[in-house]
Amino acid sequence: MKDNIVIIGGGVAGMEAARQLIALGHKPIIVEKSNSLGGHVASWYKLFPDMTPASEIIARLTKEISDANVFTGTKVLSMTKDKDTYSLTLDNGVTIAAKAVLLATGFHLFDASKKEEYGYGVYDKVITNRDLEALFRGEKDARIDNPKAVGFVHCVGSRDLKAGNSQCSKVCCMTAVKQAIEMKEKFPQAEIYCFYMDLRLFGKKYEDFYINAQRDFGVHFIRGRVSEVGETFDGRLQVKAEDTLAGKPLKVQVDTLVLMSGMVCNPTVSDLVRQARLDIDDDGFLKSRNNIFDILESNRPGVFYAGACTGTKTVPETLAEARAAALEIHNYLKDG
Amino acid sequence: MADFGFKLSKSSTLDLDKVDLKVYNLLCKTDPDIKTCMACGSCSATCTAAPFSGMSMRKVILALQRGQDVRPMLGKCMLCGKCTMVCPRAINTRHLILSICKCYD
Ligand SMILES: Cc1cc2nc3c(=O)[nH]c(=O)nc-3n(C[C@H](O)[C@H](O)[C@H](O)COP(=O)(O)OP(=O)(O)OC[C@H]3O[C@@H](n4cnc5c(N)ncnc54)[C@H](O)[C@@H]3O)c2cc1C
Ligand code: SF4
Repeated sequence: MKDNIVIIGGGVAGMEAARQLIALGHKPIIVEKSNSLGGHVASWYKLFPDMTPASEIIARLTKEISDANVFTGTKVLSMTKDKDTYSLTLDNGVTIAAKAVLLATGFHLFDASKKEEYGYGVYDKVITNRDLEALFRGEKDARIDNPKAVGFVHCVGSRDLKAGNSQCSKVCCMTAVKQAIEMKEKFPQAEIYCFYMDLRLFGKKYEDFYINAQRDFGVHFIRGRVSEVGETFDGRLQVKAEDTLAGKPLKVQVDTLVLMSGMVCNPTVSDLVRQARLDIDDDGFLKSRNNIFDILESNRPGVFYAGACTGTKTVPETLAEARAAALEIHNYLKDG
Repeated sequence: MADFGFKLSKSSTLDLDKVDLKVYNLLCKTDPDIKTCMACGSCSATCTAAPFSGMSMRKVILALQRGQDVRPMLGKCMLCGKCTMVCPRAINTRHLILSICKCYD
């Protein structure tokens, strides 16, 4: 009899791990708390760096894991260990005994309303990166009405001790440049301003987006962190920053302000973490045994990690980890 | 001697081998947070005095790190403390300003 493998979280990490485990001859069980698979990627429109439609990735993964057991809309109530087996109780009454558990529980998007000075939830025209992806996907958004000027605020809730998160969210600079280009394509007459502290365009082809944004789309890059946002009498937004390169305070009016909410840890796993006695890292994410050699391993034998549950990651990084985790689990079960 | 219209100008180069970091080093003891400034400019952007006087806490910190005299600029600060509220590195900029004043006592 094959040992049970439970994957908690059905985002791209969980789905890709399931795909590989199936290819290795296993029959993994995915437990996903929301009503559909795909995680955050299902909310995005086109993915950098190739502008691949996110829906294509999800559709492909969904098709290839049709052999997996999938519980959607299901939560894990408890996870306890007895010898070398984990017992997982689900909220649909099912109990599973599993030899290996993969946590692929991903991240949370920083709640932008916590940065009160940016006015999300106060001013209508302040939106988030997630809201903008929804607009690109074709959802109606009455807040965005043919803007003449659009601002992007990098690092919202990231690199910010006051927001309780000192880490860089890594994907937001690239996402901002990508969205700035998409916005300019959608509203060619709009002036676009990106407010950044450092531009961290670290990945393959990312710098090309930056050059295109400058050269072909005329996006204005302003090196200064936005300090506050207010509303003008005629309902536009007044954005204040220091233009640190010019060394002068700067203000500009925009019709839409996009906050680049960062990737932060997913607090909903805290019960599981406590019950299974897993370690949490200083940044709140799940703690790998070692950040070079054992990223996919937890401090407990039989519990593995993949994707953004251990830190901010791009989709290709997440997929690569998921594949590796499937192999780790396969070897673990073979040896055990 | 004939005047050819040339004169020697003082070099504007910051010579890090020769800068006097006495004040900055003192501040690193009293207000060690000063070392974590990332020059984002939030403090200057929110500063009430900045648009009219050229006051910039970011520039003050940089000047200190480069061994320059910050007294002329600091004189423009009204100690309102708005900068302290916005700093993402949680630097107590208002306290820092008071500490700088003590260094020059
Ligand atoms: C605005 C934005 C845009 C981005 N755009 C790109 C891009 O263009 N290209 C790119 O490469 N990357 C992009 N990324 C990064 C990408 O979103 C992540 O790499 C990816 O989502 C990570 O996948 P994941 O499966 O690890 O986590 P998630 O996508 O967070 O999925 C986790 C899944 O686990 C489920 N879950 C969580 N907790 C539990 C629980 N306790 N029990 C059961 N299920 C649970 C969740 O419901 C979710 O379905 C972007 C990120 C952001 C923030
Ligand atoms: S707000 Fe803080 S980190 Fe930013 S420039 Fe001012 S002192 Fe430095």
